[in-house]
Amino acid sequence: METLDLLAGGFAEAFSPQLLLYAAIGVLLGTFVGVLPGIGPAMAVALLLPITYGLDVTESMVMFAGIYYGGMYGGSTTSILLNTPGESASVMTAIEGNKMAKRGRAAQALATAAIGSFIAGTIGTLLVAFFTPALATQAVKIGAPSFFAIMLLSLVLVTSVLGESKIRGFIGLFMGLTIGLIGLDLSTAQARLTFGLLELADGVSIVVVAVGVFAVGEALWVAAHLRRKPVDVIPVGRPFLGRDDWRRSWGPWLRGTGLGFPFGAVPAGGAETPTFLSYITERKLAARKPGGEPFGEGAIEGVAGPEAANNASAAGMFVPLLALGLPVTATASILLAALQSYGIIVGPTLMDEQPDLVWTLLASLLIGNTLLLVINLPLAPVWAKLLRIPRPQLYAGILFFASLGAYSVNSDPFDLALLLFFGGVGFAIRRFGIPVLPLILGVILGPLMELKLREALDLSNGDISGLFSEALAIAVYVLIVLALVGPVVLGRLRKPADEQDAKEEVSA
Amino acid sequence: MTVLVGYIPDQYGEAALAAAIEEADRRGTDLLVLNASRGDALVDKRYLGESQLGDLERRLADSGVAHEIRQSVGSDAADELVAAAGVADDPVIVIGMRHRTPVGKLIMGSTAQRILLDAPCWVIAVKP
Repeated sequence: METLDLLAGGFAEAFSPQLLLYAAIGVLLGTFVGVLPGIGPAMAVALLLPITYGLDVTESMVMFAGIYYGGMYGGSTTSILLNTPGESASVMTAIEGNKMAKRGRAAQALATAAIGSFIAGTIGTLLVAFFTPALATQAVKIGAPSFFAIMLLSLVLVTSVLGESKIRGFIGLFMGLTIGLIGLDLSTAQARLTFGLLELADGVSIVVVAVGVFAVGEALWVAAHLRRKPVDVIPVGRPFLGRDDWRRSWGPWLRGTGLGFPFGAVPAGGAETPTFLSYITERKLAARKPGGEPFGEGAIEGVAGPEAANNASAAGMFVPLLALGLPVTATASILLAALQSYGIIVGPTLMDEQPDLVWTLLASLLIGNTLLLVINLPLAPVWAKLLRIPRPQLYAGILFFASLGAYSVNSDPFDLALLLFFGGVGFAIRRFGIPVLPLILGVILGPLMELKLREALDLSNGDISGLFSEALAIAVYVLIVLALVGPVVLGRLRKPADEQDAKEEVSA
Repeated sequence: MTVLVGYIPDQYGEAALAAAIEEADRRGTDLLVLNASRGDALVDKRYLGESQLGDLERRLADSGVAHEIRQSVGSDAADELVAAAGVADDPVIVIGMRHRTPVGKLIMGSTAQRILLDAPCWVIAVKP
């Protein structure tokens, strides 16, 4: 098969010592940031964006992808040992995982999370390899009006499906879109939102926005809540699984993978919904067959399923990113920005123009996934020690790298002032509970959407009907309306509104 | 009169606690056990968790000394002890001492030294 040949070619590339090293650095760094609550892969990749100037595109993408997978893995460690989810996708893992750990089964919980992540990540990455080329060949045929509609759909879904409050989501989205507007208009060279500042004429660098919102914002937020009561950590040895655990885990692993991948792949992104669904499914299935700990008392199925779903959706995210140039998670949008900084046009043509990059990246993901398993099973006790790092030292380091990164973009002190400004924005959105993802998506997708919008309108000589000239575009607009109106109508129809059903309705 | 002891769950804390129980018994006074964390890390192994607190409470009850356990988050153990000694009536402080090289002290500072210098009362320093 062609895909397998291409993937084999990718493996041949990826097995160079240099790339293996970057993959290893990536997964270690990723686990490091994943373990620490508040610091996620998105922040880590944003902080490391400046190194894209020094590295080859494949090297940096391999490392960033490693950070992404490692971050997903590290989050589960924190959830299980502390009951403090390292990132939102691990919330479900924390429920049963922490109970298992409290019953002295931390080693098994960590092992089922690690092996489940490995299996889901591997299957997910293989599915990406098979789906992306097919999708990309179709996507090349999509015209500007439909592309604009799909981007709009992605923004609407991410904003309205994830998070508790739609209004907050849209506030974040519009803040992001506004930031994306700063700079000279592409076709008329009019200055927009530059406030007469020459430095703003080129627009705001995504590095500065991302680092400001993720790193400086988080540092300010932590500084405002510096002293907190330490939490109990559950001591853990080397993770392992008994025979019975294997028997109970493999079903949830595969079901979790099946649930997670599609959710990652559609532009409604996020691992929250599939992990939640996986947890519910496993709980229902476990109720039917007796044996083992029931749910609520540390059932291993409740860790295996959501953790697999989490990693499968993390892998699924690469489908829209590589085939359409559409990021659906915060980390994906930073990856997109990294690719753009190499002058690579991320979109349906990526597979044709950069086949080496794509296939090496996918092969590296499979290698990185294996590395995660090999490195992290014995290292679990070491990762737990990371939680003892005092916050002042940790965040001083983060701020140092944040400033260095922002300054290195243009070697311009003005960027440091901007960094501080966006740090303030990052603090404010945390204070008011505005989600980060729509904001950062708005910044990155906004300009791309504008480009497609202009293209579509140019074709129709500025007539608004140009936006509806394709059947696909109209279908997507219908979906958008359904996504916005559906949950409201459903909520009215049956009170009290069942939140889970509403979620399913929208994502389907 | 009160005996104040800075307690952390390791050999130095144990030595201090044993000496403090003895001292409170000898003086016939009550015992105030302080356990402090600066609360700047997610996990602090010197801060007593629930199960450790229960164990400590049982041990103190067994010793038969009138006692109180006080946990604090936010300030340094040295500041906490000195402040508690400042408000207590005729206090005495018991602390555990650990070995520190001069370089180690330069980098890490010394809680014991600060208590010895700042305390308004007697300080009994014990070694494990």
